[in-house]
Amino acid sequence: MKRPRLATSLVGCAVAMFAAGAQAQGSAADEIAKYRQMLQDGNPAELLVVRGEELWKQKRGPKNASLEQCDIGLGAGVVKGAYAQLPRFFADTNQVMDFEARLVHCMVTLQGFDRAAVTKSPFSGAGQRATDIESITTFVVEQSRGVPVKISQSHPMERASFERGRQLFYMRGGPYDFSCATCHGVDSQRIRLQDLPNISHNKQDAARAFTTWPAYRVSQGALRTMQWRLNDCFRQQRFPEPIFISQGTIDLITFLGVNANGAKMDSPAIKR
Amino acid sequence: MKMMKTMMSVGAVVVLASCASPGPTREETMQVVKSSFKERGIAKLDRLEQSDLQLACSEASLNNKDLPKDVRERLEKQQMATIKYPADGKFLGDWKAGERVAQAGVGMQWSDNEKTVNGGNCYACHQLSPQEVSFGNIGPSLKHYGKLRGNSEAVVKYTWGKIWNTHAFNACSSMPRFGDAGILTEAQIRDVMALLLDPNSPVNK
Repeated sequence: MKRPRLATSLVGCAVAMFAAGAQAQGSAADEIAKYRQMLQDGNPAELLVVRGEELWKQKRGPKNASLEQCDIGLGAGVVKGAYAQLPRFFADTNQVMDFEARLVHCMVTLQGFDRAAVTKSPFSGAGQRATDIESITTFVVEQSRGVPVKISQSHPMERASFERGRQLFYMRGGPYDFSCATCHGVDSQRIRLQDLPNISHNKQDAARAFTTWPAYRVSQGALRTMQWRLNDCFRQQRFPEPIFISQGTIDLITFLGVNANGAKMDSPAIKR
Repeated sequence: MKMMKTMMSVGAVVVLASCASPGPTREETMQVVKSSFKERGIAKLDRLEQSDLQLACSEASLNNKDLPKDVRERLEKQQMATIKYPADGKFLGDWKAGERVAQAGVGMQWSDNEKTVNGGNCYACHQLSPQEVSFGNIGPSLKHYGKLRGNSEAVVKYTWGKIWNTHAFNACSSMPRFGDAGILTEAQIRDVMALLLDPNSPVNK
């Protein structure tokens, strides 16, 4: 509920300065653009990069092991550029996994954490400090900044994941009859003054959407991951809640990611 | 070698996107989808059960096609039959209350509950009162809605029906079925009607 309030207050400023009507909306949008520009100066996510790196290297869990031997797709311990090639197929789990699924896998297998406990509350609540998953994800994605997205479609299960994700993207359901495509399948659409990326038919939009998550959300004072992004979309879509790192969420991320292939990662970003 | 691999994977995507390749079927996808969600609060798993209309419109947009004419006509006829007009013949309520309904965006999310008074969230997608500059553009502008159309019986009935169940007029419209899906009460719809049609409403100034 903080988001609309932010938009409303910005609009309020704009209205005070300019005449009402179409011109005011243009001005409000300009003011928001200025606000976004101002945010780029300092990103609190930097603190989480440091904390995430500590958590990555620290010996933890029942097995007293670090995550430094975690294979996130480029070999055990390779973090540089790894986020940009996920989701991908992993032979050891015989599954296509996104980063957050792979991280949980490593926390369970290498460190001995209980899977149910680790996945119970993956997202921080209002005013809480970042979860371990959020901190570690921030550290790992930072190591892919500037690296082109390169999500493989060579394994049959990777292609199946993409296709399921595509079908889920267009699936209308729930009491409001919404699909992802209702808001994210047409160019230049807005909810209120919020621009909506056209993820299915606009390469540039798809690229920007994928490469700027995870992001620090100023209005929530929190780092938000891609799994969170999907979760909060489905809430507004009036769907039931997506299960954290379930196959369906991974498939949707595969669909988004393949549509962004070639674009450079620019995360953790900072958003309003 | 690397280039060949890239070319092959690009080829595979094109094949998947362009025709019915041996990828996962709808049934297989739905099985995965159903195992990927859980109920939370008022948002139960039955929300994943698609109606005929939801299914037909999903398939059409997945394949980037319009509905076949006969399917479209059949669905629109079905949806038309769901529209309930006010028993007392009173179509217009209070535009001020309607403005509040148009502004409110809550309702039916797992972050809401049974006691939440649902909003219509009209401004998310439409321009209405010119004073409100924070409006979306997924739907058409409704500024001067009544001023442009008048308030003949035909206009009033059409507008009520459109709010009650938009699919009766455009099978795959993006707008929710505010009456049919029980999002808004009859009294709330009356108030939104007044916001659109009352000559004193800011929408028509």
